[in-house]
Amino acid sequence: MRETRGFKIYRAVVLTVLGLFVLLPLYVMVTSSLKPLRDVQGAFTWWPSNLTLDPFVDMWKTVPLGRYFVNSTIVSVAATVASVAIAILAAFAVSRFRFRGRSVFTTTVLSTQMFPGVLFLLPLFLIFVNINNSLGLQLVGTRLGLIITYLTFSLPFSIWMLAGYFDSIPRELDEAALVDGCGPMGALTRVVLPAARPGVIAVAIYSFMTAWGEVLFASVMTTESNRTLSVGLRQYSTQTNIYWNQIMAAALVVSIPVVIGFLLAQRHFVAGVTAGAVK
Amino acid sequence: MSVATEQAPAEAAPGVRAARKRGPDHRPGLSRKLPYLLLAPAVLLELLIHIIPMLVGIWMSFVKLTKFFIANWSAAPWAGLNNYRVAVDVHNAVGEGLLKSFGVTVVFSAVTVVLAWCLGMAAAVALQPPFKGRSAVRTLFLVPYALPAYAGILTWNFMLQRDTGAVNHVLVDNLGILSDRPFWLLGGNALTSLITVALWKLWPFAFLTLMAGLQSIPQDIYEAASVDGAGTVRQWRNITLPSLRPVNLVLVLVLFLWTFSDFNTPYVLFGTAQPPAGDLITFHIYNASFLTWNFGSGAAMSVLLLIFLMIVTGAYLVVTGRRSRRA
Repeated sequence: MRETRGFKIYRAVVLTVLGLFVLLPLYVMVTSSLKPLRDVQGAFTWWPSNLTLDPFVDMWKTVPLGRYFVNSTIVSVAATVASVAIAILAAFAVSRFRFRGRSVFTTTVLSTQMFPGVLFLLPLFLIFVNINNSLGLQLVGTRLGLIITYLTFSLPFSIWMLAGYFDSIPRELDEAALVDGCGPMGALTRVVLPAARPGVIAVAIYSFMTAWGEVLFASVMTTESNRTLSVGLRQYSTQTNIYWNQIMAAALVVSIPVVIGFLLAQRHFVAGVTAGAVK
Repeated sequence: MSVATEQAPAEAAPGVRAARKRGPDHRPGLSRKLPYLLLAPAVLLELLIHIIPMLVGIWMSFVKLTKFFIANWSAAPWAGLNNYRVAVDVHNAVGEGLLKSFGVTVVFSAVTVVLAWCLGMAAAVALQPPFKGRSAVRTLFLVPYALPAYAGILTWNFMLQRDTGAVNHVLVDNLGILSDRPFWLLGGNALTSLITVALWKLWPFAFLTLMAGLQSIPQDIYEAASVDGAGTVRQWRNITLPSLRPVNLVLVLVLFLWTFSDFNTPYVLFGTAQPPAGDLITFHIYNASFLTWNFGSGAAMSVLLLIFLMIVTGAYLVVTGRRSRRA
């Protein structure tokens, strides 16, 4: 495509303005995490007058960040694995079989994405309490409760996207596998899944990001022992002090796993999300 | 019907037929059940976490579920339509509050969606032709989307502090646009702050989607147009926009649903005490339920919100569907 002078100017302006908009908070996050407390409590400065790594050391002591980290990791990894596995099965059914109730299923599952979380937060909480009372299965204040809640958050999108991916894999491939003696599950694991690997990676990242970043349910469903990072980070604000430098350090550290994962698999993620969106 | 029954067995060679006997293909019972077995985990979990709580929520909206009944909630007395009556009565405090927060949310959602689309479109068009550093810029633009919501919003909260924040430092000290330091998280500026933060988080998604949409437009149309003498702006209006129509339909709907039911942004940005100017509806419902411990009333407001979202979505799909068929 021919690039006119006007286009080059346009591009320079857009990239500068949006680049600054995106970068400003990232810059503030990184530099403030390297400032001593009295600096972040005073007027903002662009450059730390006293560079220090203390916030990265102190943040583990001010609040039990290590425990929150472990909780978030267990909850997010478990929710991701379960969500992806369940989505693969459901997407395979939707993509490869014609059965009664298929369109009811896809419509219902997709429309659950539309519900605001506030709508079912309290009922879900009450149902969990009832399950505890009647079955003795503790779901409020445990990681298990969060895991099964979170895995359903990414499920509709994962099913939708994987079904789209599976649809794009020629049926002749798994039919050939059936002819070669595989059952339907063999066709799924040996033919369809390997071919849809980018889609699987994309939904796995999406599920992990969803669970790692969830705020609302974490704030109601957790107690001190199973608290996750999204709630734990708020505890750097006390009656007397807000440890902004430690908050920024902690925000930076909790962002690293998702951002690295996202950047590493970015190609797959972008392809996956957009394949769903463009269709 | 299953994959197996769609195949014509007559065509299979004898050896293949022998092999297939081992598979479940010849057990039609299992083949018919298989899709349901595959769906069962997803259905069970959707029922447990979404559908049943929704139904319980609807039931809750018809009972008097105050703090006196919360311990034994199934015994809460029936309230009929009373919760709804209170929620829509603009002459009492509850109804007035709901209407106000609804108005705030309409403005918030409309402005955020429009701006997110514009920024996403501007960036997607700018990044269309390859140039050095393009993939680095694209990666940078996606970072706000990848960051956990609370990490990004907490940073904005810090930046929007009146005396110690970066935003006032830029506006007052560096650029001198404002003479005195405004509060961004209190009073009338709260909505501006909310929109800015939500936009920062959301526009990369619009960018991502529009970029993919642009890549699916065949390049030779543009070449033909420029041979015919159409300039960049005309090409954008006559080729790009119409080609992106299906993408835009989905994108705008998704952006609307997300912004209208956004909870994280006000919750992390303002803490538990939201300023009236930034009182988004989901946060309002949450606060109304938990401050007064009147969950029946909160449930009624939630159901009203859901009905509103469903009506808008339905109307949107009908209108846009009709138009595209006419075109």
